[in-house]
Amino acid sequence: MNARTTLAVAGRVLIQLRRDRRTSAMLLVLPCAVMTLLWWMFEDLPGAGFSALAPALLALIPFIVMFLVTSVTTLRERTSGTLERLLAMPLGKGDFLGGYALAFGAVATVQSALAVGVSTLFLDLDVAGPTWLLLVVAVLDAVLGSALGLFVSAFARTEFQAVQFMPALVVPQILLCGLFVDRSVLPGFLEVISNCLPLSYAVDAMTKVSEDSDPQILGDLGLVGGFAVAALVLGALTLRRQSE
Amino acid sequence: MMNKGVDVTSLRVVRGGRLVLDDLTFEVAAGQVTGLLGPSGCGKSTLMRAIVGVQRITAGTVRVFGEPAGSASLRRRIGYVTQAPSVYDDLTVAENLAFFARVLGVGADRVEECVRLVDLVEQRSQVVGRLSGGQRSRVSLAVAMLGDPALIVLDEPTVGLDPVLRKDLWETFHRLAAEGAAVFVSSHVMDEANRCDRLLLMRDGRVIADDSPAALLERTGAADIETAFLDIVAAAEVDR
Ligand SMILES: Nc1ncnc2c1ncn2[C@@H]1O[C@H](COP(=O)(O)OP(=O)(O)O)[C@@H](O)[C@H]1O
Ligand SMILES: [Mg+2]
Repeated sequence: MNARTTLAVAGRVLIQLRRDRRTSAMLLVLPCAVMTLLWWMFEDLPGAGFSALAPALLALIPFIVMFLVTSVTTLRERTSGTLERLLAMPLGKGDFLGGYALAFGAVATVQSALAVGVSTLFLDLDVAGPTWLLLVVAVLDAVLGSALGLFVSAFARTEFQAVQFMPALVVPQILLCGLFVDRSVLPGFLEVISNCLPLSYAVDAMTKVSEDSDPQILGDLGLVGGFAVAALVLGALTLRRQSE
Repeated sequence: MMNKGVDVTSLRVVRGGRLVLDDLTFEVAAGQVTGLLGPSGCGKSTLMRAIVGVQRITAGTVRVFGEPAGSASLRRRIGYVTQAPSVYDDLTVAENLAFFARVLGVGADRVEECVRLVDLVEQRSQVVGRLSGGQRSRVSLAVAMLGDPALIVLDEPTVGLDPVLRKDLWETFHRLAAEGAAVFVSSHVMDEANRCDRLLLMRDGRVIADDSPAALLERTGAADIETAFLDIVAAAEVDR
């Protein structure tokens, strides 16, 4: 990998995002709005509804958002010919992927910092563990979403098709991640599937950080990171310097 | 002896089960502008992609400066302008060039030179998506020039440009060739033929003529290249 070209790609992606005001605004404001909505829903109800669900949501949002943003951005790069041009230049595939991961990782950091900040400061989310760990999980989770988005963009011809991968790849993970039904009481077969899905571990990690004062999440983080690396490697395989 | 830029031998390319390039053998010399002319769909873009190294080839060899097309060491030495402009629509002219310059590792002074080269100084801070079609292709052209390439491959670069600008660009191509570059330009418009030092005429995936414009006219006795092209096609049909 080459630092100059990796940073060039990351910088360029960030300029493109900044130019797209509406997308930037949604990236930063929407997660806070969703957290507020969730808090509001439970305001008149007894019990810790918001605090129980908020950690899972803090894991879901960066994953979904980065999946969508990356799949559409890289699909554009594939169809506009700029990817082919870049691959005909002295640019490593790792630099291309690394640049994207860096740019979207940075966006995810700001995005999650805002969502976590709003949740803990204004919405009374109790975090037993260190709050900064929530950010670490969120960023890793965002990189995972980006890596998956990049991979699926190879199988879509239009942006419309790319967005359709969301119900296929993301919704089942949301259903099985423990948000709706605790993973341990799922039917055996579904529990096994849930154990194979990366989002489950991101949600587990978030939940542990918010419930334990000394959360042990290295294993979960390792698994999320492992899935992200695997998806990046698969994504790299779809970047071909030569086409048929 | 002429310096070889590109050396193609028995090149065959099959795309989607169709034979698109059929047994091509020719050279592109350095220090000249070589034109690749032929009707739409005859395989010009596919051939250019094979030379740049982004098209998988089925048989034969393509060598650029003595190395197999697509070699990593060639990536710095080739400027390639795709038929559809491949630049970022949401970046300004200057931002596009600055990005590709960083990828290539060339300085900011080169960005300014290339903006001037394609006559986009006034548009340098405009977002590419809001430029006209011709201006967008010039941005793409400027990107290809950034690395001071020794081989310049241009796929229909003058389509949709006004005559004055077209003339300027051809002068630029000749200046680059005079400086030693191998310039390979495709067009489906035959009236650009006279601007080339050498011509490859293509039809249905085959090269049907490889000569200088003057020699082609003399050989066929035609008044212009378009007529010469038709004569050669007709003669080939008779042979069959
Ligand atoms: N991606 C592709 N898959 C299969 N066939 C293709 C593809 N792209 C182009 N072709 C076919 O290859 C032939 C040559 O195309 P092309 O090289 O673009 O011609 P030109 O540039 O001269 O117009 C055409 O018949 C076209 O249909
Ligand atoms: Mg073409």
